[in-house]
Amino acid sequence: MTAIKSTDRAAAATSGSAVLKRFAPWIIAALFLLFLPVIFASGSALTIMNQMAITIVFALAYNMLLGQGGMLSFGHAVYMGLGGFFCVHLMNMVAAEEWFLPIPLLPLFGGIFGLAFAMVIGFFSTRRAGTVFAMISLGIGELIAACSIIIVVFFGGEEGISGDRTMGPEIFGLDFGSQIEVYYLTAAWLLVSAAAMYFYSRTPIGRLANAVRDNEERAEFLGYSQRYVRLISFCASGFFAGIAGGLFAINFEILTEENLNLVTSGTILLITFLGGVGFFIGPIIGAIFFTLLQTVLSLYTEIWQLYVGALFVLTVMFFPGGMSGLLFMHVRPYQLGKLNILFLPYLKTFLPATAAILGGVGFLEIAFHAKNASVGDQMMTLFWLTFDSHGLIPWLVCVLLAIVGGYLACRMAPLLRDAWDEANSLVAN
Amino acid sequence: MELVIINLLDGLVMGLLLFMLSSGLTLIFSMMGVLNFAHASFYMLGAYFGYQISQYVGFWPGLIIAPVLVGCGGALIERYGLRRVHKFGHVPELIFTFGLALLIEEVVQFIWGKSQMAYDEPAVLNFALFSIGGNEFPAYKVFMIFIAVGIFLVLLYILTRTRVGLVIQAALSYPDTVQNLGHNVPLVFMGVFGVGTALAGLAGVIAGPSLGTFPGMAFLLGSIVFVTIVVGGLGSLWGALLASLLIGWLLTFAASYNVHMSDVLTAIGFTPPEDMAEHFLRDLWTLTMPQIGPILPYILMVLILIVRPRGLMGKREV
Repeated sequence: MTAIKSTDRAAAATSGSAVLKRFAPWIIAALFLLFLPVIFASGSALTIMNQMAITIVFALAYNMLLGQGGMLSFGHAVYMGLGGFFCVHLMNMVAAEEWFLPIPLLPLFGGIFGLAFAMVIGFFSTRRAGTVFAMISLGIGELIAACSIIIVVFFGGEEGISGDRTMGPEIFGLDFGSQIEVYYLTAAWLLVSAAAMYFYSRTPIGRLANAVRDNEERAEFLGYSQRYVRLISFCASGFFAGIAGGLFAINFEILTEENLNLVTSGTILLITFLGGVGFFIGPIIGAIFFTLLQTVLSLYTEIWQLYVGALFVLTVMFFPGGMSGLLFMHVRPYQLGKLNILFLPYLKTFLPATAAILGGVGFLEIAFHAKNASVGDQMMTLFWLTFDSHGLIPWLVCVLLAIVGGYLACRMAPLLRDAWDEANSLVAN
Repeated sequence: MELVIINLLDGLVMGLLLFMLSSGLTLIFSMMGVLNFAHASFYMLGAYFGYQISQYVGFWPGLIIAPVLVGCGGALIERYGLRRVHKFGHVPELIFTFGLALLIEEVVQFIWGKSQMAYDEPAVLNFALFSIGGNEFPAYKVFMIFIAVGIFLVLLYILTRTRVGLVIQAALSYPDTVQNLGHNVPLVFMGVFGVGTALAGLAGVIAGPSLGTFPGMAFLLGSIVFVTIVVGGLGSLWGALLASLLIGWLLTFAASYNVHMSDVLTAIGFTPPEDMAEHFLRDLWTLTMPQIGPILPYILMVLILIVRPRGLMGKREV
């Protein structure tokens, strides 16, 4: 079926409209990135968008390993961090020696450094996939993070190293002193690297990475060395992670041990998995969602990381495809024109489920407030309601909401499942 | 000489503690093929449970109750979490245990807060048992040694001399055959997972008072435990013991001998650079042994993986 589709596509690609169709998503993305600062013009919005763009590049690079190559890395922050450190040093050298190296090209050098380091590490770590690769990546990650404290010359010790992006040579009168200039630089790099990663995944070597992921023995019998296929994926991923590091260096102008450690590596795994590893767009969704969560949710609650952790575990258990997987599940009902069947059961299940989640969240928030608020300060505000966190009634409401909502949602779940089966069946109703 | 003996003993305590975690981890790995990333989190839960119980009824009941609670929790997680994820493959399993480690840390912070707990060793053991050359050796550490050795002997006896142990060993290599012979292999898996996590919990209860009970304790020890079982050879109990002791001693000796790199370099015949503050190798010259101590296990692991990929005692290449 896919073979037929691809020959169709190859035949159609010769016509101009097909070419347009193929590049349409990228043109739309470019226009979207171009006009985004018009809608969100405030400084904090620009900061968030920059952070989002960097995270997207990093998450896409990470997914080259996890999603496309089937390699789980617990130490991928190393390649982004090292690329970033290298870029800050380069930035300082450009300022000190007055080299003619425009700042917009810095991420490329970050990428090359990430690539070089990935080649060294990948040489022995890509021998096997799976658990062993994961363990080695963890060990290397911890090693580099620990070294960053010791090797002060390169990593700057505890306080890290900082640079100044405005000291580079000006081209077209841009000195990157303002946020908006940095935004367009970051957005351009995001677009270029995302497109490069997408088209990389469509090249024969990108396809081979999938083959090795799915069945390494079979790929070997076809004459491809699984180890070299993995090594190439690993190096490419290290390259793009290094680019993300370079963008980070330009944006924040400082890198510390935090950029290398296990927490950062774990976060990128979380982001990529939440977004979904099965589709190219997954990590993009994950990065946008997580950055929003990180910046918005943390304003409202101190225990947002607890929610993120719970969400992550539930995603792994129940939706291993992540958010993009969930989204693309609906393509088939849509093609069959049966999406409307799902509407009512969704409503019936999700309303009580939302109530249950709100009840649970309320319970946690009240418990946290009751335990941690200063003495005498018993009033708390939750969902625009202000009440006494030590009173019995709010607790009862939350528990009741959680139990009743949970019960109703469980009752409605079989209904949803039936509707789902029907929506996916070819038989006309 | 006295310092050597003290360090040997301290390293033994550290190594045996590592072994209590790595033995469970390596058993679980060889059985289910999943590396339990959250193993050290169960160790942390053990410490916190032990602390909470000690607040009400004292240290000793906690020594029994906390590991049992942790083990039950572990068994439940295997039954309702891991077994569910198992059908998706090994990588999702690993991601699941990683998520679990994150979640447990957050839950612990939610319940007990971010600061260190005042979990102290019992008053009965709070004295110096003997002293070597002016260095006092606390009775609590001797107690830790005895507990760990006792656990090891019991584990060895169960695994090699009893019927249950035979079934477990058989299920390690040929789960399908054992299943066909009428043994409930999923139950065995759940049991091993429960016992493994209970062991980690016990390690937490006895390590909590001496190493500190705080939310970062899981990640602090967790990655070292992984290093241990990779160095020892995945799935090998003896390898885990050997590697645990090796790394325990490595860490202790590196922390207590303040060898300066500059002395070593001058002894070999290098001369220190004139402009020490500016020289690009200045970090190499100012390096001391306690500084590089924490990264020695990782260097060891990388070397082992390059030179001998199956680990010290492993049977198959990893």
